[in-house]
Amino acid sequence: MSNTSQASAAASPPPPAAAMRAARSSSSVRGILWKIALLGIVDAIAVFGLFMLLLQESWVPFGIVLAVTLIVNVIYFMPGWLPAKYLTPGLLFLAVFQIFVVVYSGYIAFTNYGDGRNGTKEDAIETILLTAQQRVPDSPTYRLTVLEQFGEYFFLVTDPEGEVLLGSADQPLERVTGYGTDSTGRADSLPGFTTLTFGDLLQNQQTVTQLAVPLSDDPNDGALRTSDGSNAYLYLSQLTYDEATDTFVDRTGTIYRDGGDGAFVSDAGRELVPGWTIQVGFDNFVTAFTTENIRGPLISVTIWTFAFAILSVASTFALGLFLALVFNKPSMRGKKVYRLIMILPYAFPGFLSGLVWLGLFNQEFGYINQVLFGGASIPWLTDPWLAKFSVLFVNLWLGFPYMFLICTGALQSIPEELTEAATVDGARPWAVFRLIKFPLLLVSVAPLLISSFAFNFNNFNIIYMLTGGGPRDVTAGVDAGATDILITLVYKVAFGEGTGRDYGLASAFAILIFFIVATVSIISFRQTKALEELN
Amino acid sequence: MTAIDVSSASAAPESGAPRAIPARRRRGPGHWFLDTGWRHLIGLVMLVFAAFPLLYVLSASLNPTGTLVGSNDLFRTIDIGNYIRLFQLPQQPFAAWFVNTMVIGLVTAVGTVFLGALAAYAFSRMRFTGRRVGLLTLLLVQMFPQLLGVVAIFLLLSGIGEVFPQIGIGTQAGLVLVYLGGALGVNTYLMYGFFNTVPVSIDEAAKIDGASHARIFFTIILRLVAPILAVVGLLSFIATSSEFVIASIVLTDPQTQTLAVGLYQFVSQETSRNWTIFSAGAVLAAIPVMALFLYLQKYIIGGLTAGSVK
Repeated sequence: MSNTSQASAAASPPPPAAAMRAARSSSSVRGILWKIALLGIVDAIAVFGLFMLLLQESWVPFGIVLAVTLIVNVIYFMPGWLPAKYLTPGLLFLAVFQIFVVVYSGYIAFTNYGDGRNGTKEDAIETILLTAQQRVPDSPTYRLTVLEQFGEYFFLVTDPEGEVLLGSADQPLERVTGYGTDSTGRADSLPGFTTLTFGDLLQNQQTVTQLAVPLSDDPNDGALRTSDGSNAYLYLSQLTYDEATDTFVDRTGTIYRDGGDGAFVSDAGRELVPGWTIQVGFDNFVTAFTTENIRGPLISVTIWTFAFAILSVASTFALGLFLALVFNKPSMRGKKVYRLIMILPYAFPGFLSGLVWLGLFNQEFGYINQVLFGGASIPWLTDPWLAKFSVLFVNLWLGFPYMFLICTGALQSIPEELTEAATVDGARPWAVFRLIKFPLLLVSVAPLLISSFAFNFNNFNIIYMLTGGGPRDVTAGVDAGATDILITLVYKVAFGEGTGRDYGLASAFAILIFFIVATVSIISFRQTKALEELN
Repeated sequence: MTAIDVSSASAAPESGAPRAIPARRRRGPGHWFLDTGWRHLIGLVMLVFAAFPLLYVLSASLNPTGTLVGSNDLFRTIDIGNYIRLFQLPQQPFAAWFVNTMVIGLVTAVGTVFLGALAAYAFSRMRFTGRRVGLLTLLLVQMFPQLLGVVAIFLLLSGIGEVFPQIGIGTQAGLVLVYLGGALGVNTYLMYGFFNTVPVSIDEAAKIDGASHARIFFTIILRLVAPILAVVGLLSFIATSSEFVIASIVLTDPQTQTLAVGLYQFVSQETSRNWTIFSAGAVLAAIPVMALFLYLQKYIIGGLTAGSVK
């Protein structure tokens, strides 16, 4: 096969340049078609996004999306700029979901973002008016049909005088024509809209009962709401908003003012919910560092984070190295079996390990207390110090196989001659290990120990699955516990149940982690030669 | 080596081989223990330590009593009822979690490999300004895991969801996109090293034959670096299938959740009551990952020691 092709290549003259060009251009035509198709898809998505952003009048995102789309098009249509063509897709994702996210965290840390402080002031005013609505006692009955169009719900109401009006949450009631009516004279359909059946109503009960259709453009006029989907009543807000003075007044005459903290507050200190997002400067950091019942937990959590990371690396490395030395004997039998079984904890999915040990450590029914300790009731996960021990123990179980593997590799890469030469010179095995093998091993595994430290510093899964950060410190002003590390604290402050979500404070903690990790990595990278080897 | 053999062979017939050789072989059990035996002892202890929790889960998953306390009788009775009940829970759609985890893991792995390979090719084959800085950045980026920005990711996806509901909070597509943000990082670094081992002369030969850069990349280089693509894909799959933090805030509907999120919520609510069913789920969830890991352990360990992930 190869002979004949070689022979024919040798016999026939080299392919003419024209044929070469034809072959190349046919492949490049296909390439260009691919390129156009892919870019077409990207541009179509971008244009759709731009259109939506335009409708929402979000100008900053609009500008960014527009600029990125233009740049991407330029990169792929300009000849040359080859590196950019290959790097752009990955860099785009990196920029949005890793770099921007960190910068955005930095921004959130300077706001009061959190439960009840999620949107703009306008949204807050609207929501306050809506939630303060109560049914007007002698409200007339509006006979109602709920319609749907493109996923949005509309009220088609027949008012007591027999007039038919249509409206939705964002669209005040307006008179309509062309509707269909049922036998009782109630308008029940409208061309272009789908009438909700009783079954549909039941399924979307919550959405429908929360829908408030304003009577007019002025929110103080009230809105129509329904509780059963067939009759609507007029609801009026118990609060009225005065735009000129930027205040709310309720029926009793209490005035709520914009207190500057992102909420309307009465003189007596009562706050209207929700508030809105404002920038609070360094308030979150000040809170974290000066409020007694937050600063204390924060400091102990930080110390424990370091202790956990360092002890985890140290214990897994010590056990791994010890095992590597034990099994680093060529004549020993069954090493492969030992090795295979010992890496099982490492192959086991990380999140499951924590949950499995959660059962083993269970105080009342767990295997360890019931069987190994003969029915003792040792609070492995609920005593602050025992919980710390348990977390470290489980992390040792999880992590020693990795250290065993890398230490074995590093030991085997140390030339045998060094050991032999030292032995000939009269060194005992311990001295050979301490003075020759260990320093050489440390050189090759040091970078791995550093990244292991960095990993354990943010080892969320093991802590959260095993103890959930607990046992909880009840005196703390945040949901912090004895085994919480910084990243679990961030998660619990931001998304925890029980205490309200406080994105601002959580982001302030995240920024703190960011600075700690940055400092550690800068120092460690200076110490290692990882950076110098780049070429 | 040969010299010793010769001398011992020549000495043997005269000084009495039957005495000398058995004495060498049979140094007594005490000596064997001091030399090798204690290593087996430690090995056995470690086997128990390493394997016990896994055997315990397996035993619990086959235990018909259902509870945590009943699971303490290891392998007393064997019953696959838990595996059947696992798929019949109305509130915990295990089958859906399993499929979701596989799909999200696979799509993320493929995307990660593709984005990473593109970048690694550029770093390995092209010389441009910012190349060194770019490589340094990739090294540094791995120090900052995405979960640090979990709050911002949540708010960002909420914001994106208002424009593109298909990739907002609650969607798996959005979660995959977030994961792909971590595609360039340690993976690219692994691939970069491997790409460098492919001789540049291959690229040049193909270029002379008239192949475009895209053709060289897709049809020649990618095939030559297939082993590292498999390793990176696998590492990414394993990492994704264990990821909890971001998945737990993005995926809100039980039908869309992954195994990590679903099983955690399942067992954290009623640890002791649901124990054996959870164990069955854990066994099923662990099998694909462990099988892949053990099957390709040689490559993974090579990759891990080069880049260090876990």
